[in-house]
Amino acid sequence: MNDWPALDRFLRTDPRDVGCDQAMEMLHVYAEVVAAGGPAEQRYPGIAAHLRACGPCGEDFEGLLAAVRGGAD
Amino acid sequence: MVMMPVNRMADQTPVTAPGLDPESAWWLGVLAETGPRREAALARLHELLVRVARAEAARRGPRVRITGPELDDLACQAAADALIAITGKLGQFRGESRFTTWACKFAIFEVSAKIGRHFWRHPAVPLDAEDWDRLPDRFGFDPAQEAEWRDLAAALRRAVDDTLTPRQRQVFVALVLNGVPLDALVLELGSNRNAIYKVLFDARRKLRSVLVANGYLRDDSPGNS
Repeated sequence: MNDWPALDRFLRTDPRDVGCDQAMEMLHVYAEVVAAGGPAEQRYPGIAAHLRACGPCGEDFEGLLAAVRGGAD
Repeated sequence: MVMMPVNRMADQTPVTAPGLDPESAWWLGVLAETGPRREAALARLHELLVRVARAEAARRGPRVRITGPELDDLACQAAADALIAITGKLGQFRGESRFTTWACKFAIFEVSAKIGRHFWRHPAVPLDAEDWDRLPDRFGFDPAQEAEWRDLAAALRRAVDDTLTPRQRQVFVALVLNGVPLDALVLELGSNRNAIYKVLFDARRKLRSVLVANGYLRDDSPGNS
């Protein structure tokens, strides 16, 4: 058997994954925890799992995190 | 697919914060008013949203090949639509973050949605195309292992044909083989991001299961190490 890491990563699913709706609903809270250096992954494992797997939500998170770190106020 | 709910109690994050930070309280208070103070606050909020939307559009623009005035127009429209969404949803702000962070989220979502719409103005591939030749690039298959990955690709294709539902197959082909962005596919299918993600999630799980069962991927689930 060969290793196909990219394909394996893509096909692997995490049962903790909360899906897009719940991740998007809590994205502002999650982003603030991350920006503050808090334990976001431990506190919100289902959102962390989702953001790792979902490109669009991951992209939204990166954008919001950049806004928070850039002083969104 | 059973998606896990966010457990706010377990992580000790209150559903409603006991007290807003002063700035968030100011925003909520002034936006609930009528008159010039509210108008000034709306203008200030709009400035913030434009700034965030422009930064986000600039961050994503090069990858989606949108530049110049078109990109700025997209950002300004996103900010305007975000402001409408925010003012319509003020009652949904629970004080779990700063008000401005919550508000910026809408600007980011609007930029996402508008970039998704932009894709179909110049689609690289028709939705019903099926470009299996993209697979090696998509998953970084090594040319030196061509014999092995051709076997794997054939197995994956059989699994796609034999085990996926028509909807799962349509979503897999569009997103994986044709490189259609998920937000663009959402618009084309008249669906929403969560629903399409769930379809793909189930397809991924099925395909991995078949490839593991046929010895193409390792089964590293507990008890199989």
